[in-house]
Amino acid sequence: MDIEQRKRELVKEFSPMLRKTTTISKIWIGFLIAVIAVGFYALILQFTKGHIVTGMRDNVVWGIYIINFIFFVCLSYSGAFIAGILHFFKTPWKNSVSRIVEITTVLSIIIGPIFILLCIGRLDRLHYLFLYPRIQSPITWDIIAILTDLIGCFLYLYLTFIPDFSILRDNSDDAPKWRKKLYSILSFGYQDTTSQRERLNKITRIMSTMIIAMAIVTYSVLAWIFSLTVQPGWNSTIFAPYFIIAGLYSGVSVIIVAMYLIRKYYHLNHYIRKVHFVGAGIILLVISLLFGYFTFTEYFSRWFSHKTHDIELLETLFNRYFWEFIFANYIGVLVPIGILFFKKFRTIKSITFAAVIAILGLWFNRYLIVVPTLETPYIPIQDTRPEFIHYSSTWIEWALSFTGIAAFILFFMLIMKLVPIIPISGIIDQERKSKKIKPKIIL
Amino acid sequence: MSSITAVAGTSLVSNFALEEEKKTTGEKVRLLTPDGKIVEVEASNINKYPEAHITPAESRKGIPNRKFVMVIDLAKCKNARSCVESCQKAHDLDYNEEFIKIQLIQNNEESLPYWFPKPCFHCDEPPCVTVCPTGATFKRDDNIVLVDNERCIGCKFCVTSCPYSARIFNWGHKDKFENTNQPYSPETGIPATEGTIMKCDFCPDLLRQGKLPYCAKACPMGVIYFGDKNEDIVTNGEETVRFSELINDRGGYRHLEHLGTKPNVYYLPAVNRQFPLERGFNIDEDIIERYKNVPYVQDLKKRGKI
Repeated sequence: MDIEQRKRELVKEFSPMLRKTTTISKIWIGFLIAVIAVGFYALILQFTKGHIVTGMRDNVVWGIYIINFIFFVCLSYSGAFIAGILHFFKTPWKNSVSRIVEITTVLSIIIGPIFILLCIGRLDRLHYLFLYPRIQSPITWDIIAILTDLIGCFLYLYLTFIPDFSILRDNSDDAPKWRKKLYSILSFGYQDTTSQRERLNKITRIMSTMIIAMAIVTYSVLAWIFSLTVQPGWNSTIFAPYFIIAGLYSGVSVIIVAMYLIRKYYHLNHYIRKVHFVGAGIILLVISLLFGYFTFTEYFSRWFSHKTHDIELLETLFNRYFWEFIFANYIGVLVPIGILFFKKFRTIKSITFAAVIAILGLWFNRYLIVVPTLETPYIPIQDTRPEFIHYSSTWIEWALSFTGIAAFILFFMLIMKLVPIIPISGIIDQERKSKKIKPKIIL
Repeated sequence: MSSITAVAGTSLVSNFALEEEKKTTGEKVRLLTPDGKIVEVEASNINKYPEAHITPAESRKGIPNRKFVMVIDLAKCKNARSCVESCQKAHDLDYNEEFIKIQLIQNNEESLPYWFPKPCFHCDEPPCVTVCPTGATFKRDDNIVLVDNERCIGCKFCVTSCPYSARIFNWGHKDKFENTNQPYSPETGIPATEGTIMKCDFCPDLLRQGKLPYCAKACPMGVIYFGDKNEDIVTNGEETVRFSELINDRGGYRHLEHLGTKPNVYYLPAVNRQFPLERGFNIDEDIIERYKNVPYVQDLKKRGKI
């Protein structure tokens, strides 16, 4: 079969996904927009009335916003890490999942930092960060890291899009005009000649190694926001590697859930197969073992050495936060291990279930890192106002958190309207390698 | 202007103690000016140099040749709360906003708890200053750590990094923020601003006038000594003592020394107490409630003493 013909065939196969919007996805889009609208209302309330509308007060000054921030940013870093690894080691089955990973990476690095902005009391003075920068502040490191990562991930995502844009440009005769024009601009004059292909491969490969390195640096900086302070529960030497593992844990899980949903709603059983779930499941198993190990060491050393302030923290964790602690650090680790360890349990549904548990467990794990530490400062809180003693998040904070998730899903759906979720160029490359199709001879 | 500041400056600490007398006596004092002349001035005039507005930029420099320290004598504190109230009034703070808090602290199960006035410790290695991304909080040469609320972006990182819970955030809007009676200066902290940080500032506006901070001046028991480490003198307004002798003779220590923040607030241990602990419970019901987690207070309540 000729390459050009195969390209046309693939575009034809994927074009319904790009151009037609099913009723289910219309309902979904409507629902997501509704959630975002509520979040927008909450945002206006927070802007006009100030941070008083949140549950944050002088002791717990960072609440679920910062937890969502760590969660999304970690998701992005792990996405970059996984995408880089998949590309760099030329993983054979990567084609079906690589785009899901890359989109996750870019979207979460856009959404994550919005949550840190919600923690800032004076957004009108945000430019002071650049007017009066102080390089010794870990926040400044974080800003540099996130901006670098954002640009790096965006470039990488774009590089992987170029061949597909070019294929879509050449094969969208019946598409609306704006779409054709868009593809023609975005494909950047790429013609899929041998020399162009080689150059693009080379650049993508370099970028893939760079984003792995960037991910490690940015992860560590994020962990240092906490571990460089003197607070019990935060001041830990293993926080940077712990955050890397935790990020991968949530990253792989989110990718599994995304694979499951995309496979189901877009009928891609042919492309996203069980082998992908089992592969991702085994990676998740390894990471959950590592994550469990890190969590155990972290708390075990605090408990065994029993310094006063560490013990106060542990007492808070095991009394006030008992069920959250059990869910985050026992159920959230042991259930995925239990499911993924045994071969007979490794079905698509159970692997997805394990991933959902892992995501929820990890979110609570982050919660237990942030909130109880702030509730047990070195000098005990002696206050009569309940909201100053214990943190409880308000509906505004929840509305904005769900808005983050809704925006993530909505943008994911919109990107899938622009490019096929399974890279066409990747399929072509694979088939070219396995000599299923004849290359067009270019003189 | 500068020479007057210098004149006032040379006698800064000795003024702390003299202040009350000077108003009445009208005696003359001989002082040495920076250019080497001896001048005679009315003692009551020494502090009355024109009240200058210290801009945010000027407030970053600090008062020359000073290293301010505070010493808190825990043996004398009976939780009279005059320091808290005087500070709140001067800094235009609400009922629950306290730059200096009085904690009830128990060192171990065997020892009796004691009242523990806790201002900002103005550390020499301040974690809050290190983490501030815009330089809104800064360390001055005279030991003071200040906040410039016109620079603060409200990221709250300083709150999470301070191990002494010294910082207060302005969560919502309050009418007092619109107070335009005086231009804002980081040295007074008035008016406060929504979405920014505030904390104990050691009252540098008073220090410039050679006066003691509000808390030290207000304390009826003379618990709070304030002074200059360079001169090795501290005073509580009644007695003036050598800082080094006070620390050495009375076993002065700094709270949570092991954190390495090097505070400039020292404590004298609560030994040979001048007042029984119960005397401190002669306060608002609402404030007693703060101490409900301390076993001693639970015991007092059980016996119906408070």
